Amino acid sequence: MHPDSLAFIFLNAAIINNFVLALFLGICPFLGVSGKLQTAVSMGFATTLVMLISSICAYAINSILVVYDMEFLRLISYIAVIASAVQLVEMSMKKFSPTLFRALGIFLPLITTNCAILGLVLFQTAKEYNFIQSVSYSLGAGAGFILALVLMAGLREKLELAEVPSISQGAALSLMLAGILSLAFMGFAGLGTS
Amino acid sequence: MAGRKRDDSITADTFLEGIWRENPVFVMLLGMCPVLAVTNSVLNAITMGLATTFVLISSSALVSMLRNVIPKQVRIATYIVIIATFVTIIDYIIQAISLDLYNALGAFIQLIVVNCIILGRAEAFASKNRPLKSMVSALGMGSGFTIALLCLGSVRELLGNGSLLGIDIFGAQFEPWVVMILPPGGFFVLGGWLLLFNWLRAKKEKSLVKENAVHAS
Repeated sequence: MHPDSLAFIFLNAAIINNFVLALFLGICPFLGVSGKLQTAVSMGFATTLVMLISSICAYAINSILVVYDMEFLRLISYIAVIASAVQLVEMSMKKFSPTLFRALGIFLPLITTNCAILGLVLFQTAKEYNFIQSVSYSLGAGAGFILALVLMAGLREKLELAEVPSISQGAALSLMLAGILSLAFMGFAGLGTS
Repeated sequence: MAGRKRDDSITADTFLEGIWRENPVFVMLLGMCPVLAVTNSVLNAITMGLATTFVLISSSALVSMLRNVIPKQVRIATYIVIIATFVTIIDYIIQAISLDLYNALGAFIQLIVVNCIILGRAEAFASKNRPLKSMVSALGMGSGFTIALLCLGSVRELLGNGSLLGIDIFGAQFEPWVVMILPPGGFFVLGGWLLLFNWLRAKKEKSLVKENAVHAS
């Protein structure tokens, strides 16, 4: 596959350089919301939606900033875009699916401080993707995030029934589990070039 | 901390709290992304820790000075803009000091903006306390964060590369555990540290119970 092809960009973001397990972006929701499969799935889709919106807006903003030679404002404008995108998703979710809105609770506004989203827009700027490539990149990142979250949630649901030593309960065990998952994802590294 | 009486005195506790009892990484599990991502060497860990401490202290000071001016409804947005400003400053500073280091840390310098520790301290502490006290507390939190990064960075560099700060420790016959500097190593080492602290805490609790039993009898 050519490194600039859309399929490669999608696969690269989703599997080879998975945002959670290979690049360590979005660890907080990864550990926080992966307790139950249902919430993990909805959180994943909400994050993907925010990623898509912010990616498109960030692409537009970056092209304006480059024209006026004001790249130092990049970070501030990106974070403002993400905060507004989260607000947008939050409001529409409240209107169309109040149950989901209640289930996600505090984690919904916290998507703003999810580093996966800021990371995505920063990477897409650094890699100088064009508009279509940016969209493909953000969808891939979202798919990878959903994949990691769902895998983790499934494992943790099973783990509820397992007997573990009392000191390893909670975060320590989740981190070990994430390490093994990350080890598995390293097997995909051979697919890509970078 | 709602139950505690609010006072303006700065005690050693204001500083020490962040280092041990409320350590942002090991106790509160905040700001995990940089902790895992940039700790593959000690130098990266120190740089990241210092950069975060700088942003933490300066944004705490500014938020605390402006705490009576910022309208309550838009406070989070204001905090984020303040934090983003300081992150932009440190981003350019590191780029000016060492381009190699800047490239090694990659996007993670800019990602300090979304580090939950900083926003959390702005919301929970700086917006309610005087500037000096907020700065002392931020220094404590920043040191706690740096120490945590060092804990991970030193273990990962020692095992994954056989060196500390680039100096060979184990000599040539040592076979490095490459997995430690790769992503899974970050998860394993942080999990290991948490296990250690849980074990210490459980041991302490047990000895306390024993002591109480002795006193009671």
